[in-house]
Formats: sequence, structure tokens, C-alpha cells
Amino acid sequence: MTTSDAPGSPADPAHLLPSLEPVRLIDPDGTRAAPEAGAGFALPEPAVLLALLRAMVVGRRFDRQADALARQGRLAVYPSSHGQEACQVGGVLALAETDWLFPTYRDCVSLVTRGVDPVEVLTLLRGDWHSGYDPARHRCAPQCTPLATNASHAVGLTYAARRKGEDVAALVLMGDGATSEGDAHEAYNFAAVWNTPVVFLVQNNQWAISVPLRRQSAAPTLAHKAVGYGMRGYHVDGNDAAAVHAVVSRALAEARAGAGPALVEARTYRIDPHTNSDDPRRYRDDSEVDHWRRRDPVARLEALLRREGRLDDAGHRAMVDAADRLAISVRERIARLGGPRPEELFDHVYAAPTAPLRGQREEVRAWAEARRAARAGAPAADTGEEV
Amino acid sequence: MAEVSLGRALNRALRDALAADPDVLVYGEDVGPLGGVFRVTDGLTAEFGEDRCFDSPLAESGIVGTAVGMAMYGHRPVVEMQFDAFAYPAFQQVVSHVAKMRNRTRGRVALPIVIRVPYGGGIGAVEHHGDSSETYYAHTPGLRVVTPATPADGYSMLREAIACPDPVVFLEPKRRYWATEDVELPVRTAPMDQAVVRRPGRDATLIAYGPTVDTALLAAEAAAEEGREVEVVDLRSLAPFDDATVTASVRRTGRAVVVHEASAFAGYGAEVAARVTERCFHYLEAPVLRVAGLDIPYPPPRLEEYHLPSVDRILAAIDRLQWEAAWVPRPEAARSDGGAAADTGPAHRLEVGA
Repeated sequence: MTTSDAPGSPADPAHLLPSLEPVRLIDPDGTRAAPEAGAGFALPEPAVLLALLRAMVVGRRFDRQADALARQGRLAVYPSSHGQEACQVGGVLALAETDWLFPTYRDCVSLVTRGVDPVEVLTLLRGDWHSGYDPARHRCAPQCTPLATNASHAVGLTYAARRKGEDVAALVLMGDGATSEGDAHEAYNFAAVWNTPVVFLVQNNQWAISVPLRRQSAAPTLAHKAVGYGMRGYHVDGNDAAAVHAVVSRALAEARAGAGPALVEARTYRIDPHTNSDDPRRYRDDSEVDHWRRRDPVARLEALLRREGRLDDAGHRAMVDAADRLAISVRERIARLGGPRPEELFDHVYAAPTAPLRGQREEVRAWAEARRAARAGAPAADTGEEV
Repeated sequence: MAEVSLGRALNRALRDALAADPDVLVYGEDVGPLGGVFRVTDGLTAEFGEDRCFDSPLAESGIVGTAVGMAMYGHRPVVEMQFDAFAYPAFQQVVSHVAKMRNRTRGRVALPIVIRVPYGGGIGAVEHHGDSSETYYAHTPGLRVVTPATPADGYSMLREAIACPDPVVFLEPKRRYWATEDVELPVRTAPMDQAVVRRPGRDATLIAYGPTVDTALLAAEAAAEEGREVEVVDLRSLAPFDDATVTASVRRTGRAVVVHEASAFAGYGAEVAARVTERCFHYLEAPVLRVAGLDIPYPPPRLEEYHLPSVDRILAAIDRLQWEAAWVPRPEAARSDGGAAADTGPAHRLEVGA
């Protein structure tokens, strides 16, 4: 970094610029990448790599189970992150326990990785309530649906934590489409000006529903946007969990040390439709999906660990078994869940219900009672079939 | 006692809140050394330091969005939107996050945020500086929307808003910033979610809030000279709405006029008229009327007098409250004369605005 002595003259932003080629530590075939592809980042320790693989195996199994539940009508909708497991897991496992995660609707796997009860994760998508988990307990903000609007929340939260003398960083998950939103711009700018420890992890999965990246942005890479805010930009292979973990870890460490926020673009791909209601054949070619299937993030890390003797069949079997147990438990518990209580509609609008709401609550309580009474007289409700 | 302006009363409320609670933060555009374009934050940075009262980047959505995060981490941010019409970029944050966070998280995350918005016209400002945006906020469940009309209320309601566990949109009638009142601060007035009767009267009720309370009081004074005793209710809280106070007043007087600066169409007065009608139908001598802004974009300052409710327009509305003969008898009259008066009087005529 070179800085002129003249007051007010700009500092050379070269150190803020991302690499044009994404940082990669493991090649798609599961061999170690050439050192230059790593751009100075080191492969994480074997224990970290095994934790990344375990979380990805579990995350993918959870994702497949949730997708099945949606197709069976047991979830209202499910936005899959199939293919993006390296981003979901690599980013979250880089966080300290005291840090905060700000996920979007597509980031269920990140929440499961964070340790949130998977059934509570699916509360939103089952349609029982908007957010099923306790944000403070898990240090995970509610999943955000309006794009980029939670990014400034992370800036405010880390600012507030610093005021209280607490070492708290935040990871904001966003998609490529979200970087076009004005709220992304405002959050990047606030974070840089206030020097708050926030890492914005952009999962560039190439498609914002049906709109490809080339119609979204003319920037050299999305990570290049960072320099305009005086923020560091990183460009990483989003299907390489080791690289995502290494880059996000460094960005978080630098942010904690006072070097300011960072924008990390992880190049990945959304293998599945936007949600189970989407038809991607209307806007993209299957051959493109096939290309990315061959760059699968889970297979890549598994191959490396096997090749280097860190994982055998028994070790892998244990991960798959854990994933199966979680999926079965999710399916069984979802099937047993009752419905939400209509009376609760009024419980969390204000700290205490207002007089007009007390009146409406009473009306709804009466309807709900009448419906329950009617059901009690009818045959027992179908609890659904086994998955 | 001392003469205190609304602007100074709000300033004192912020100062006292900052002194009382280290988690209170004040920030926004130009609120630091400048003291805000209306000087409501005057001297706060000097007294409490940049840590407590500071300028943010010029971005309303970012201001409110960061306030969400701060409140999630135990702070009580008080943010300023410089002008009513400049608050619109923050609307998404206000509606989708500020208003809903408690609900989304099943009561686990409260957002004790105060969003101060100088609003309304009457100060001769050019476009985008005179909007009355209260209905947008009042229509949004989860928000409390309050507006003081006097310096004493300005102080008391702002302190209460900052202490409130719910997010509060605090609308400051900018043309009343310089209006003074003889009051000793600190002062505690009625709870901020209650309407108050500013002037008692038995013949009709004027329902006003924020900038139009003073106009309504002047109109009531003029009406008294003509022999009509007009009650003036200051709503203070637009959401939630204090049905009890308003209903009691209109049931006493049998006539009501709502007065606000915002356009009449789908405006706040429509809600008031509907609620009053639902609760007071058998007590009403005339339809509830509205004296409101015209259904036009806020006019250029040299024409704003035609848009804003004036004493004369209020008096004209009072005159139209069917004084000549009750077309519907009061319930007690119906009982005594067997309903004979029910079909007398002029036809029911709906009138809006002036």
C-alpha cells in the first residue's frame, strides 16, 4: 500500500482488489490446486477439512429431505441450496461462537451448520411462523426474504457490540442478485465508513431466479465492487469449501483486527430450481447444470480427503449415517407437528396487545374454537404418509 | 415556568434520554455538529460526544437498517429522517423489518427504535419538504405512530417513545417547532397512546393532531364567538387509535369533523370517520366530515394556503353539520317521541374536504 503525504489525496487501492481468478485450494477432481491458484491462502488443517465435509454431507442430506417435503406438500415452499454447500458450510464454520450470522431464505443449510434445530429452521418454509428459532440463542438473525435488507442490520449489530466492548463479527449471506439492490450499497458503505467487522459473502450462483449474472452486473467481478467502498474484495471458488473457509476466516480475522469489512464473492451454482415452484428450463440449458454438477463441492472435498488418507470408508459411512439420522428425525418430527395457534397472531405485534387488537383477538379466538369444535365432530385428520 | 418551543422541548428530551440511558444513541443526517437542520439535536454531540450523537452517511435506508441491528444488540437508537419526503428510501426497512421483527421472531427480538420525522407543510418550503406521510406508517401494524402538538407533549412523548419497547415513528409537526408554551421541563403529560381533550365543548368535536391542533383550537375560539361550543380532541397517537376518548367526545357532541393536512382520499381521516361512525352511529346528528389537504401532490409554497386546513375551512365544515334539523334523532329523543323525528331533516349529503 502506498500513500501520498499530500493531505486528502487517495490511498492506492491495490490491496483492496480481488483476484480475477477465484481463489482455489482444491481442484474439481479433488487434488490440491497449484500454489498460484491459492493466492497465498493455505489449505486448512485436516480436522477443519473433515468438519467441512461432515457439515456438507449433513447439509446436503437435510436439503434433499426438505426438498422432498416441499414436493410432498409438507412445506409451503423450499428454496434449495443444492450445489452451494461449500459456501453455506465454509462461511459458517469460519465464525466464532460469539459472532452473528445473517442468512437469507436460501441459507437453511447454513443455519443447520450453525447448530439450529432443523425443524425450527423449517418453521418459515412450513408456514407455521416467520422464524422458528431464537435469534439471540444461536446468534442467527431471522432468515431474510427482501434482498440485501439484512446487510445493514449486521452493520448496526456489530457497531453496537463494539460500543459494548464485545468482540463480535458478522457474516452476511447474500446472492448475486442482491448486490444490485440499493440496500447492498448502503450497507457496504456504512460498514466501510464505520469500520465494522462484517464480511459480506456473496454466493454468486449465476442466477437470480431467471436472470443471469450478465444482466445483473457489468462489474469485472462482484468482488470488485468492494474497492469503491474502500473495502477489501475477495474472489473465491464457491465450490471449494476449503477455499471459502480460508478466505472468509482471513476476512473475519482482518475485520476483527480493525482492517474493516470485506466483500467475498464465491462463484458457485444453483443446481436446483429457484424453489420447487420454479421451472428453470424456461431460462437455462441443462448442459450448463451438467457442467456444474461435475464440479460438485461435496465430492471434491471427499476425494481430497480420501486421496490424502484422511478419510476411509468407515469415516465416510459415519458422516452419511449422521446425515441420515438427521433427515429421518426431521421427517418424523415434521409429520408430528401440530398447526400454529390462531390466537398467537396477536401475541407479538406489540409488547402488549393494544385495545383494538384485544378485540380482534377475541373474535379470532371464537372462530378458532368453533372450527376446533367442528373438527372434533369429524373423523381424525390425516397425518400424512411416510416419506 | 419558562417559554419553551417545541424544538427546544424535543432537544431537551433527547438530552435527558441520553443522560439517563447509555444505550440511547442519536444519529442521522447532519444531526452532529450542525445540530440538525431544525436544530433539534443542537449541542448533543458537544455534550455527549460523537459516540452518542453522530452524523451518518446520507442514506435513509442504511440509517434505519443499522438501527435495526443496534436495537437487536440492546441499544435504543433514535434516528432522524431529515424531512418527511426524504424518509421514503427507508420505507422498506420500516415496513419489512422495524414493524415486523417482534412478530417475525415470535416476540424474541424487540426493536425499541424511535424514527423521528419532521413532517407537514406550512413553512414555505419547496417540493419534497411538506409531505404528510402519517398514513403510510399508521397503516403498518407493529409501529406506534405518535405526533405531539405542544412543547410539553413534545418532551413527554419523546421520552416515552424512547423508553417504549415497541418501535415508534415520531412525527414532528415542523411548522410548530417554533411555537412556545409556558412549561417547566422535565414534564410528564398524558401517556402517549391516549388522545386528550384540548378544549371542551358540547356542540361538535374537532378531531385533530400534530400541526392542525392549533388551527382547530383557533377555529373553536372563532366558533365560540358565533355561539357554538366546539370540543377539540388532540389524537396524539395515530396508531394505536384511542377509540375511548374520541368515542366519548362524539357521543357527547353528536357531530364530528376530522382535520388533517394530508390528502383526504384514503387518508387518516377516513379511518377516523369510519371508527367514529361505527361507534357513534346512533349519536350522530350529521355525517362525520373531513377538512383535509386537497387530493394533489404537495403544492408549491406560494399556493400551500389553499391546501392546508384553515380556520375558515374548519368553520365552514362546522356550518355544514346539519344544524337546521336533526335528520336522525338522538337515542333519548327517539325514546321520548316514538321516533317521529326520524324522517325529518335534509337528505344525507356526503362531503369531503372544504
